[in-house]
Amino acid sequence: MTDPAANAPAEALVTARPPRNQWLDVWDQFKTHRGALFGLAFFVFIILMVTVGPLLWTYDATFIDIRARNQGPSLAHPMGTDQLGRDMFARMMAGGRVSVAVGLTAMALALMLGTFVGVVAGFFRKFDGPLMRLTDLFLALPLLPLLLVGVLLFRERLNGLFGPELGIFILIVTGIGITSWMPTARIVRGDVLALKEREFVLAARSIGTPPRRLISRHILPNILSPIMVSATLGIATAIITESALSFLGLGFPPDFPTWGRLLFDATDYLQQYPGRVIWPGLAISFTVLSVNFIGDGLRDALDPRIRGR
Amino acid sequence: MLDDRLEGAPRKKALVEVRGLKMYFPIHTGLLRRKTGDIKAVDDVTFDIVEGETLGLVGESGCGKSTCGRAVLRLYEVTDGSVRVDGHEIAHLGPNTLRRMRPTMQMVFQDPQASLNPRMTLASIIGEPLREHTRLTKPEQLERVYELMDQVGLNRDFANRYPHEFSGGQRQRIGIARALALNPKFIVCDEPIAALDVSIQAQVVNLLEELQDRLGLTYLFISHDLSMVRHIADRVAVMYLGKIVELASRDDLYGDPKHPYTRALLSAVPEPDPREESRIQRIVLQGDVPSPANPPTGCNFCTRCPDVMDICRKVDPEYREIAPGHFTACHLYCETTTMPAEPTAAKEAFEPIQQGE
Repeated sequence: MTDPAANAPAEALVTARPPRNQWLDVWDQFKTHRGALFGLAFFVFIILMVTVGPLLWTYDATFIDIRARNQGPSLAHPMGTDQLGRDMFARMMAGGRVSVAVGLTAMALALMLGTFVGVVAGFFRKFDGPLMRLTDLFLALPLLPLLLVGVLLFRERLNGLFGPELGIFILIVTGIGITSWMPTARIVRGDVLALKEREFVLAARSIGTPPRRLISRHILPNILSPIMVSATLGIATAIITESALSFLGLGFPPDFPTWGRLLFDATDYLQQYPGRVIWPGLAISFTVLSVNFIGDGLRDALDPRIRGR
Repeated sequence: MLDDRLEGAPRKKALVEVRGLKMYFPIHTGLLRRKTGDIKAVDDVTFDIVEGETLGLVGESGCGKSTCGRAVLRLYEVTDGSVRVDGHEIAHLGPNTLRRMRPTMQMVFQDPQASLNPRMTLASIIGEPLREHTRLTKPEQLERVYELMDQVGLNRDFANRYPHEFSGGQRQRIGIARALALNPKFIVCDEPIAALDVSIQAQVVNLLEELQDRLGLTYLFISHDLSMVRHIADRVAVMYLGKIVELASRDDLYGDPKHPYTRALLSAVPEPDPREESRIQRIVLQGDVPSPANPPTGCNFCTRCPDVMDICRKVDPEYREIAPGHFTACHLYCETTTMPAEPTAAKEAFEPIQQGE
């Protein structure tokens, strides 16, 4: 190791090779996780379907062709039509756009809130008690009744401000976001508490790293795995909660398709046309599953101890 | 007393001056979490470290060595006392001024695995102090990191690797390189070799000595390995239950230990020669270390001391200089300041008390 002769060729080699971007290593490891790759491919497919798809597809999601109602799958309507003759495939794509958008934004909001509360509570002792009691308070709130009350109270006002669709979107996203950050906060707090007693955090303090950079450089990267897990679970619960709200008829307006609303509308015809329930149900399940796989692969790829194995 | 001696002696100035350092951790009990007491991890410790020397700090587990080292670097909020490093009082500095002092004093940690962030590459670990305290550009930083890696004997090719890919000795070298990054004057080595193999221990200690010669570093070397301290330290302080019981130059301390605890410690050092080994008379201490939350009245060591006297259980002995440069806190040496009392006589005189226990 200290032999100068052995060092010489290595030095020449290194001067030509600056530190490699860590994200390339992460991608290399991610590629080896087959489930994660499938998940990523499927998720990209879903995203493309719901963003580009409606532009290419001939039918509009709200176009009513009353003579073609309740049709089975055909070339013109791959998933059939509903009771008003609207094309199910177009409605699936339009609905997916809302569901995925709600899932991602609500998850991001819940994650930021949860991580912030967890890190502050874990790292700064004096905030620990108050913040954790606040978390307990939120955990004790029943989610669905709260959302229902929220929708009833604020729907009109937000509709007036942002229009009916964006208004209800903001309402649902904030509603889901502020009622689902607590598990993340608790997990993050626990990990931060354990982590800040580790010697490398002490070493960073002895170097003189201020708390904010100590958190961003040493704490956050090391609590990435629990955050990642809550993120993937968060997307799933957000999509499902939105579906539940739409299913209860309190989400988006009735003519505005989301996966949950499609499910809700289709249950009346469950006996005659089960396909209409299956498609949105499958879409929700597979999206959630793909996100879980991506999260799993990402968590492994971000851990250098697992990387390269 | 200490100051007088230092002023009188034509020696180099003290880089680190610790006076009456106290580090108490509060104990909260009951439903209301009221403060019911203190764990006196470091209780009124006073010493100096002269520029360029190595002060060894030894003692058994839990006696407050590491806490003392960390408190000296102000990694804890000290309860009381003063710590001067390079002429600046740091014991009660605000966070911003303290941050500017950080480059002068650094630390090497005990567990090289735990003291390196597993998610950072070697280059970013060693480069962290540079990012925090210098305005070097990225290539300049990298150049300095390579320089440091050469200094501690790490292959430059390792810069992109992660801590888990290294052996214990290499990890400790990374820790040393990080401590050296800002050209510190004073390094606290908190049991830097305790977690390493014996063969690697020698490498790391030799590296530390070599760096000291080359860069003129001052070490506070915390260890429980007495023979290693004998090898590296110029002066040695012995701690027991949060207090320094004896401080002397290495040769004085190992050749002529005064405090009964030091004698017991030294008699426990293993002897490589089996013929010598069989001849050694071990002083085996009875009982356990008392709790630092509830230390005995009088001398802290009175519960286990083989030479215990009545006064030991009542009065806390004064920490005083009994010979030039030889400090101890023991009632055995209280009557005469220059001539130490006959330890054997004292032992015989108080034998009955010991047996009565």
